[in-house]
Amino acid sequence: MNLTLKIWRQKSANDKGQLVDYKISDVSPDMSFLEMLDVLNESLVAKDEQPVAFDHDCREGICGMCSLYINGEAHGPDRGITTCQLHMRMFKDGDTIYIEPFRAAAFPVIKDLIVDRSAFDRIQHAGGFISVNTSGNTIDANAIPINKEDADDAFAAATCIGCGACVASCKNSSAMLFVGAKVSQFALLPQGQVEATDRVLNMVKQMDEEGFGNCTNTGACEVECPKGISLENIARMNQEYLKASFKG
Amino acid sequence: MALDSKIPKGPIADKWTNYKNHIDLVNPANKRNIDVIIVGTGLAGGSAAATLAELGYNVKAFCFQDSPRRAHSIAAQGGINAAKNYQGDGDSTYRLFYDTVKGGDYRSREANVYRLAEVSANIIDQCVAQGVPFAREYGGLLDNRSFGGVLVSRTFYAAGQTGQQLLLGAYSAMNRQIGRGKIKMYNRHEMLDVVKVDGKARGIITRNLITGEIERHSAHAVVLGTGGYGNVFFLSTNAMGSNVTAAWKAHKRGAYFANPCYTQIHPTCIPVSGDHQSKLTLMSESLRNDGRIWVPKHMKDVEAIRNKTLKPKDLAEDDRDYYLERRYPAFGNLVPRDVASRAAKERCDAGFGVNATGEAVFLDFASAIQRYGKEQAHVKGLDENDAALVKSLGQEVVKNKYGNLFQMYEKIVDQDPYNTPMMIYPAVHYTMGGIWVDYNLMTTVPGLYCIGEANFSDHGANRLGASALMQGLADGYFVLPYTIGDYLSDDIRTGPISIDTKEFEEAENEVREKLNFFVTNEGKHSVDYFHKKLGKIMWNKVGMSRNVQGLTEAISEIKALREQFWKDVKVPGTNEEYNEELAKAGRVADFLELGELFAKDALDREESCGGHFREDAVELDGEQKGEAKRDDENFAYVSAWEYKGEPSDALLHKEQLEFIDIELKQRSYK
Repeated sequence: MNLTLKIWRQKSANDKGQLVDYKISDVSPDMSFLEMLDVLNESLVAKDEQPVAFDHDCREGICGMCSLYINGEAHGPDRGITTCQLHMRMFKDGDTIYIEPFRAAAFPVIKDLIVDRSAFDRIQHAGGFISVNTSGNTIDANAIPINKEDADDAFAAATCIGCGACVASCKNSSAMLFVGAKVSQFALLPQGQVEATDRVLNMVKQMDEEGFGNCTNTGACEVECPKGISLENIARMNQEYLKASFKG
Repeated sequence: MALDSKIPKGPIADKWTNYKNHIDLVNPANKRNIDVIIVGTGLAGGSAAATLAELGYNVKAFCFQDSPRRAHSIAAQGGINAAKNYQGDGDSTYRLFYDTVKGGDYRSREANVYRLAEVSANIIDQCVAQGVPFAREYGGLLDNRSFGGVLVSRTFYAAGQTGQQLLLGAYSAMNRQIGRGKIKMYNRHEMLDVVKVDGKARGIITRNLITGEIERHSAHAVVLGTGGYGNVFFLSTNAMGSNVTAAWKAHKRGAYFANPCYTQIHPTCIPVSGDHQSKLTLMSESLRNDGRIWVPKHMKDVEAIRNKTLKPKDLAEDDRDYYLERRYPAFGNLVPRDVASRAAKERCDAGFGVNATGEAVFLDFASAIQRYGKEQAHVKGLDENDAALVKSLGQEVVKNKYGNLFQMYEKIVDQDPYNTPMMIYPAVHYTMGGIWVDYNLMTTVPGLYCIGEANFSDHGANRLGASALMQGLADGYFVLPYTIGDYLSDDIRTGPISIDTKEFEEAENEVREKLNFFVTNEGKHSVDYFHKKLGKIMWNKVGMSRNVQGLTEAISEIKALREQFWKDVKVPGTNEEYNEELAKAGRVADFLELGELFAKDALDREESCGGHFREDAVELDGEQKGEAKRDDENFAYVSAWEYKGEPSDALLHKEQLEFIDIELKQRSYK
């Protein structure tokens, strides 16, 4: 199929940036979206033009490195996947596709479609851990049985890949689904109880300092999340936060 | 230099304990004066960074991704082995040790593997304490599954995302230390050289991938946890950025490279669909717990399936060839990876491949769905003869176990694996070879360590499923923190290492020169053009099946391609900006050297062992006819190559392997 691509080009963080049109032909429906961009980049290199910079690595939907806002949706039109898992069979011959970076004040553009998501790392530094040193003397892994339902819910929260689609999809650029997922993973496990109060207070404080917006319950984040992280995690974080505020 | 593996004396079960009791320690106050550089933040590098920082060392950690959480360990699916014996099925440290040595086709070092088995149980305890949400049974205790090449259930897992959960555990331990200021994290930095001062590794040169800035970083010791080199094949299950550069630069600075030809071709990957393909996707080995592998028995059915006049699910049982169950009744679909891959290739080479390219076999879940469905119907007191009900109950169970994998498959292939068998084919997955290390995980360069997939030590010629995660975390959490302390105890009076020395300056200049060459060379072809060509040579002549003629041709073809690359490569843009083509150029330049050494090593090893299969080394008769033929008399050694300029000049050193606790015998899964 033949497509028109409107791609955000921005030389650096300080550059203004604009949408640039590209034509691409002979796109196979079996290509992934990023493979289609590879083909475009090969043709740009051949013409001595600058290839389009975009983040990507594992190309199997788990590393969270790829992003892209495609036709107004984080990770494009399909559900439950990342951009690298999006295939061109989702598009039709003659389509025009808008490709932009994830946009949020807390995710500044580095170049073209690449944004800086290190704010997510800093939120984790503030409390996304259980304080246990490596020793070889921790208690046996089966010493504390954990209710399967809680373990499964903790796992579901922990499958967040930190891609930032929730922030990009939210009209307030809120990171509460991301932070809620991490807080929930530990809140649901007995190991996480000891530091529960400090964890939620510190992580939320850092989240606010990074310039993410607030949650107004529109639920766009849950819809666009490639891993189906549930809104319940935000509710649980609010509960934990309230509990911690009374204690704190 | 003679290779000294520094294996401690004494009975195998006491070696590690005795070693730990007698090494030199660094007291806590002195640790504060010692810096350690760690390159790579996957399971090995991440766990090492966190643990060394907890101990009090000043750690500087580097990764090329935008966050340590994205290292490719994250993509590991199936699980992690540990000799916990929670199932009471007869598992023990010895059995895990034995299975791993046997699975590696008797080409690994006994002492290292025993230590790995010994610390395996600690890994599970540590991860659970960190909050890693492993799968649990209804009683609340940890669940296990089976993997290939073993007869017990010792694999711990978190759905099909075990690597992700373990890496997030290590990442969280790192985060705690980053927050405390004990780890200084450098994201989006690529290591481009190791710096040696007075013969010891004392630092690295890096490039900031955002700004292009070249930086010098010094430390008292340097640790590489930079993963494998499967991307030398261009198409592999590795991440796009996975590369050999850090390991290769270390090699050029004096670290011997061991067994480069030992590569794991994983049997269950999604087949190639076209020339645009940028990577291959793995379907976890855990699927072989429940999936049965087959091709049609008769050519007419193969053709009918290919031209879509016959649906695979409609082919009668009697007309299917479950070739693994037929050839290996004891292990069936759970034979080790190398065996399963060769068997798939054998069937496809004989013309029985089930897709248009003739390079695919079926992995079928229909019988598992039936079995689980009936079990669930029974448990719930429902009608076990209601076919539709049984199917939907069975699908639910399969979804709980492998849902994310089935979804990945569906998105890529556009077929529903709950209702039609998956198509799979082998693909390059893991490299058992890597930088040579001694028992301390130190390379042949003093103060330069290598851990995880990047080193060679634990998996011999073939890695068993769920052992990579075990090794990465064993090295980082439980082995390196002891062994590096013994070395650093001599550095307590050294003081900070200066970066303003001629050694750093020379290394930096070399790096700059090479980068400048790339951005100013007026070539015709992109970096990928060369990478794809290299990949084709590797896959066709140094792939699943190797012979003297093909290997000899590969060596000269790679050499010629490398010469063309240095004349004709084209890199747009400048050094002083984000420039992925430039980063790729440096990586492919190193792959073009490694590829040749890889083929040279495969040519030298005139035996078949594990992932290395030589057509001139097969059993000619008897029960094992057609199977790989190992040659213990002449090849029970580790090939450790010393850099001497061109890859063709590399000098071979042999570490003879001694088998004292395990009897060397033919690996049979019949």
